[in-house]
Amino acid sequence: MITIQLPSALRGFTGGQPEIELPSELVKTADNAVRTLAQQYPDLQRHLFDENDKLRSYVNIYLNDEDIRSFDGVNTAIKDGDTLMLIPAIAGGSES
Amino acid sequence: MSQLTREELTRYSRHLILPEVGLEGQQKIKDAKVLCVGTGGLGSPIALYLAAAGVGKLGIIDYDTVDETNLQRQIIHRTSDIDRPKVASAREKLEELNPFIKVVPIEILLNSTNALQVFKDYDVIVDGTDNFATRYLINDACVLLGKPLIYGSIFRFEGQATVFNYQGGPCLRCLYPEPPPAGLVPTCSEGGVLGVLPGIIGCVQATETLKIILNGNTNSAAGGNAKNTLSSRLLLFDAWTMKFRELKLRKDTNCPICGENPSIKKLIDYEEFCGLKKHSDEEPIESLDVHDLKRIMDNEPDTLQIIDIREPHEIAMGAFPQSKYVPFGQVVRRKDEFDPQKFNVFICKVGVRSEYAIKALREAGFNGRLANLKDGTNAWAKEIDETFAVY
Repeated sequence: MITIQLPSALRGFTGGQPEIELPSELVKTADNAVRTLAQQYPDLQRHLFDENDKLRSYVNIYLNDEDIRSFDGVNTAIKDGDTLMLIPAIAGGSES
Repeated sequence: MSQLTREELTRYSRHLILPEVGLEGQQKIKDAKVLCVGTGGLGSPIALYLAAAGVGKLGIIDYDTVDETNLQRQIIHRTSDIDRPKVASAREKLEELNPFIKVVPIEILLNSTNALQVFKDYDVIVDGTDNFATRYLINDACVLLGKPLIYGSIFRFEGQATVFNYQGGPCLRCLYPEPPPAGLVPTCSEGGVLGVLPGIIGCVQATETLKIILNGNTNSAAGGNAKNTLSSRLLLFDAWTMKFRELKLRKDTNCPICGENPSIKKLIDYEEFCGLKKHSDEEPIESLDVHDLKRIMDNEPDTLQIIDIREPHEIAMGAFPQSKYVPFGQVVRRKDEFDPQKFNVFICKVGVRSEYAIKALREAGFNGRLANLKDGTNAWAKEIDETFAVY
């Protein structure tokens, strides 16, 4: 299994679930993982991908604590037992 | 370096006996000039602890006034401060806490025209703001001036903290080249925030600020040490599960502002960058106020469909009369449930999320008549039904 951990900003689109498991047969790359996730939870689609179907740059993907940009980006290979974390930019701080 | 008076030696005695601080370190703190941007949830503990620690010059920027809903977390302000300017309220507490420091209240709306001028007088900038446009503005100003930036942000139960632009380390744009499109991610006023959370993240920021002062706060190779700071590490905190994690951050050699060939050489229009500007080619969104809505509800209810897009926990405080409930995140997927023959009025707490819902529906090809309830259910509670919850 591949585990995808979601921040609370995105959990509203997965029925509140903080972690989603995907079968490793379906997921060979980071790109596979987020696309499979968006297929299972269609409300996530426009939050993760832009109008050109490109992954939005305000969401970083970490594979076992390392940014996938320091591997092969969205083509980074994923294997059984890996954990992916989606970390979006958040802005809160003072807010009236 | 400034000498410490007898009273200061007593006041800072618990610092002076720490080998890592000592007399020399406390003198560095006294000579330090720190700017805290925002005196809200993060700014409260940041400013209070830095003042208590003896930071000699502490600038505080805010343009807001104290609101009752701030008091759950913005602990520098008190009930009697409601409606006062935040900088005035904060200044009073800080001067009362430590009369040996200079507090500089700056009541301005920070923007591309004034940021460099304000920042240049300080050694370290601490970001306690609440929106992406200001955060990118602060980042860019710090990179252009070569000043370290202590970053913290919060949402619901989660916080992030790091040190940007210190000793050749990464900046905000290396981490996130772009902010999320406007309206995609809810703000704290829509998503909520645990009151203690900014206390924890703000204290992490105050700690990093003090360490950078002690290490040497310049960006020159000789003047500091990033190793014991959060530079190049992103600290993630989840208050619900009480877990701290950290992720590696790397400088992006292609970063548009701190990379090898920067394309941004001066401050830009951050409202535009964050997609907050309305463009002239954009079709305006029809808007109606609570009195208009009440009139239609009373006189022509059959022509109307009210769609409440708030979250379930908000609805729990009171459902809106005659409304259909479709949470924000499901609006596009459930567009077939809206009748294009009806007047579809979208409502949320303050009328911002509902506007984004309308935009998203339009983009998804919905052709019926859509309108936004101006100022949301909070206006309804104020003007029409005072039993309705204001939150």
